Amino acid sequence: MLRSQALTTLRKPSRAFSTSVYARSSSSASAPALGFQLSEDQLSIQETTRQFVREVVIPAAPHHDKTGEYPVDIIKQAWDLGLVNCHIPSEYGGLGFGVFDSALVSEQLAYGCTGIQTAIEANTLAEAPVILAANDAQKKKYLGRMTEEPLMAAYCVTEPGAGSDVAAAKTHAVKKGDKWIVNGQKMWITNGGKANWYFLLAKTDPNANAGKAFTGFIVDGNSPGITVGRKEWNMGQRASDTRGITFEDVEVPDENRLGEVGQGFKIAMGAFDITRPLVASAAVGLAQRAMDEASAYALQRKTMGKQIIEHQAIAFMLADMAIQTEAARMMVWRSAWLRDQNKRNTYYASIAKALASETANRCASDAVQIFGGNGYNTEYPVEKLMRDAKIFTIYEGTSQIQRLIISRTIADVAKQNQ
Amino acid sequence: MSSLRILVGVKRVVDSAVKVRVNSAQTGVETANVKHSMNPFDEIAVEEAIRLREKHGKDVVQEIIAVSCGPAKAQETLRTALAMGADRAIHVKTDDNLEPLSVAKLLSKIVGEEKPSLVILGKQAIDDDSNQTGQMLAGLLNWPQATFASKVDIKDGVLEAVREVDGGLETVSSSLPAVVTTDLRLNEPRYASLPNIMKAKKKPLKTVSPADLGVDIRSRLQTLKVTEPAKRQGGKMVASVDELLDKLRNEAKVL
Repeated sequence: MLRSQALTTLRKPSRAFSTSVYARSSSSASAPALGFQLSEDQLSIQETTRQFVREVVIPAAPHHDKTGEYPVDIIKQAWDLGLVNCHIPSEYGGLGFGVFDSALVSEQLAYGCTGIQTAIEANTLAEAPVILAANDAQKKKYLGRMTEEPLMAAYCVTEPGAGSDVAAAKTHAVKKGDKWIVNGQKMWITNGGKANWYFLLAKTDPNANAGKAFTGFIVDGNSPGITVGRKEWNMGQRASDTRGITFEDVEVPDENRLGEVGQGFKIAMGAFDITRPLVASAAVGLAQRAMDEASAYALQRKTMGKQIIEHQAIAFMLADMAIQTEAARMMVWRSAWLRDQNKRNTYYASIAKALASETANRCASDAVQIFGGNGYNTEYPVEKLMRDAKIFTIYEGTSQIQRLIISRTIADVAKQNQ
Repeated sequence: MSSLRILVGVKRVVDSAVKVRVNSAQTGVETANVKHSMNPFDEIAVEEAIRLREKHGKDVVQEIIAVSCGPAKAQETLRTALAMGADRAIHVKTDDNLEPLSVAKLLSKIVGEEKPSLVILGKQAIDDDSNQTGQMLAGLLNWPQATFASKVDIKDGVLEAVREVDGGLETVSSSLPAVVTTDLRLNEPRYASLPNIMKAKKKPLKTVSPADLGVDIRSRLQTLKVTEPAKRQGGKMVASVDELLDKLRNEAKVL
């Protein structure tokens, strides 16, 4: 599409809702033009990641899937290449990538293996609230170390009794002198067993409403009182390390508090504006992989005298995979770009996450279908994709939560237009 | 050891993973919309230059210069060389088809200007498989050459290389300046890390033309036709040595 055409499409308001209202941008004249051409640097970033994935990640992925072994060596190599912690600002040793460039890396890593990519991405998730809300000393201490050694971090919010219903989280922090005493249980924490530090969301005011009840903390992984549960054996993304974490009278110094008391919920949600496009980009990577594997197979396998890609039943399935994958990628790009422009992207990030996660599941399932009986078998790569895909509609905000966010935004805009 | 400068030649070629096809005009291989990347032997050359610098230090290996001769897109390959660790790049820009002799002449002019002590080239490019440029360059410069190198080192201003030859491995030594061409087992090239890709943007890249260098790059060869190799026939099982001999003599006609 010509750059001028793309601009016209974006500026024209749709019939009922103006896109500018959703993006809450004042005037498009102030924003740089959105084109679809990646810059030379972005292409180089994509290429390095793609090469690394092709040569290192893809061959190793089946082993980590079968054994659940944490991909320490691969993560170290990725870290050496600068593929981990991309968005840490340069003052703390990072590349200072925006969400868009990070999404280019994520999609390629996920193409190789979403389990390994999730292990790497969990760092981004834990770092996001720190980048958003920490003071300079905290950033130096906790972000600086991530760029000096290949350390891992974890985002500790979900509990056994509170996933979508974050407000119902029970882990609490009580102030005692200049320390906070934390008690509670967190669950499904990615990198839980490998983290050097955790971003923790704990209730500090049981009587306030959700928006004011929580505070964010950075908790050192080796703090006494932290018990790391066993590695959970999940349906897919088995290379990733997911655990329950118990906090028993864990002392967290007040200097590790992120932002003001009561600001935790806002910080945790703000992080999602960065991480939802990235998780969506991973889902796009998986969808693309499913499509590529299925098309290659469809050129090899012969049925009734021809390659199965010549049968419309198969060809149309591939076309549907392409329709959804390309669209999901564009939503990732849009929501990432908006965030990088410091514009409100929550609505688009939710659309991207919902669309991409559902696309990944559909593409993986269709890929298994195209492979037929072979697809169901573990010797072929697509059954892993199907098992890996399922979590995308669940973590980082379920598809149902995304629809809540999207519909509430629609309602708000409709009210404004009344 | 006195400080030296290394010049590395890199070429943009069709990526080694691509399944090439002959174009419809039968003049060559289809290159439009096909993935290109740095010639694998040139990646090894860049890597070797960087390893020599890492081994002997920046006081010894003062500068690594990457050179590429080709169309505008050759700059992508130079950027990759810079991202791997080269210090600056020179692009000899031309859209004309270049033969090894032309490239050797262009490189010899650049050598005259930049005065490196060591030139490292890939042993051959995977598109034309000529395996000539390094040898021709050494000839034009009247420099010693160590081709098909599987090991390279510099000791007190002397080049020591192990070459892979038909009979095995041959160790040679020569004075500097010299030309080395790389073979597959010399090293395993590093990926360009993201921080280095960002740094490469700031490194200098100079563009010159063959005319600026005063080199005549007209082709001396004309490609008449390019066709795919004959399709491989299935093998046959034979029941006895006699049958084998009969087939070799009468069907394959090789006896």
